[in-house]
Amino acid sequence: MDAVWFFLLASGMLTAILTGKVELVTGSTLQAANAAVETTFGFVGVMCLWLGMLKIAEEAGLVNILSKLVRPLARWLFPDVPPLHPGVGAAILNIVTNVLGMGSAATPLGLEAMKRFQETNERPDVATDAMCTFVLLNTAGLTLMPASIIGLRVALGSTEPTAIVAPVLAASGVATFVVLALDWLIRKTKPSNIIPLKNKHLNLTDRSSRRPSGLVPTLRPHTGNGTATRGNGGM
Amino acid sequence: MFAYLLNAISRWAFPLILLGIPLFGIIRGVKVYDCFIEGAKEGFGLALRILPYLVAIFSALAVFKASGMLTFITSTIGPMLAQVGIPPEMIPLFMIRPLSGSGALAVTGDIMRTAGPDSLIGKMAAAVQGSTDTTFYVVTLYFGCIKIRNTRHVLPVALVGDMAGFFTAVVVSKALFG
Repeated sequence: MDAVWFFLLASGMLTAILTGKVELVTGSTLQAANAAVETTFGFVGVMCLWLGMLKIAEEAGLVNILSKLVRPLARWLFPDVPPLHPGVGAAILNIVTNVLGMGSAATPLGLEAMKRFQETNERPDVATDAMCTFVLLNTAGLTLMPASIIGLRVALGSTEPTAIVAPVLAASGVATFVVLALDWLIRKTKPSNIIPLKNKHLNLTDRSSRRPSGLVPTLRPHTGNGTATRGNGGM
Repeated sequence: MFAYLLNAISRWAFPLILLGIPLFGIIRGVKVYDCFIEGAKEGFGLALRILPYLVAIFSALAVFKASGMLTFITSTIGPMLAQVGIPPEMIPLFMIRPLSGSGALAVTGDIMRTAGPDSLIGKMAAAVQGSTDTTFYVVTLYFGCIKIRNTRHVLPVALVGDMAGFFTAVVVSKALFG
């Protein structure tokens, strides 16, 4: 990013100096900096609205419910990992939070999933199949509701800010499909050879027998709070 | 038919979420109003966090565009991209999207600001922005945290996925808004 930004600035400024457009460039740069501030303030309302909604969803346990629904996919996404492996639980939570647009909750879960996957990795400097699939899912970034883009469109005076929801869903869906298909093809044609099957099996059964509970991490950031509100709500 | 379905998704997704989430919250016994306020408090901070990115990108792009550099670049590689139907305005966005999420959001903002958020180019930029996540950032962060050096096929496959996402965003935007 350093190089890109410097290139944009320096090449532009040099050209401006050489072609004698310095004043025009200076003027529009200063205006642009100001426009950035206006845009940011136009953006605040939508972000507040969206984060308020997400908080309700989080408190109501939407993430955990959706995670249970998509859990059967894990067997198919990560065939080399037993479905009750703790890494799989974190990975599924990460995918659900990402799709819902809860970026700040998704990243710690993703890192947790990677650490769990790493525990059963026989060659800790080489990515396992499950890690590859999981990271690829994250880079493709399937998105249901692109709240920040909608907010930006509102800030810039769009009359149909949500018109881009379907194109975003379609494009991120295609990107997700493409990475999964290529990943699957590569794994089929070039099996990883990283872990001898027998060892891997032993290692994993060992681990799952040692940790009978705690296998499935769930997202419970406000457990105490949540029960309290539930009790009050029932009154 | 397909376009009709996609437009229906765009039109209904947001209102249905605004209805569905509070309804789900009420059913699950959540104090929805208090909870909303609690979450909405964080909105201001989050929005302010993109301000430096917007200033950095808006002003750098202003220099780049007002000096004529962008026209120069797009007139050299633009015709090649035009062959496959990609408008040259998307070039800076394609370059920055895999590198920096907030940076790319700012580039998208700049394109929408100059071309108009409801123009074809403006909508296309928004679709490209949402079409993938920040590949280099994700790969570096996720593999870096567990010190994996050999990432096998991940980076090339992820970049092919990015390109597929970009291309779909361009094609679908043209079909829906062109």
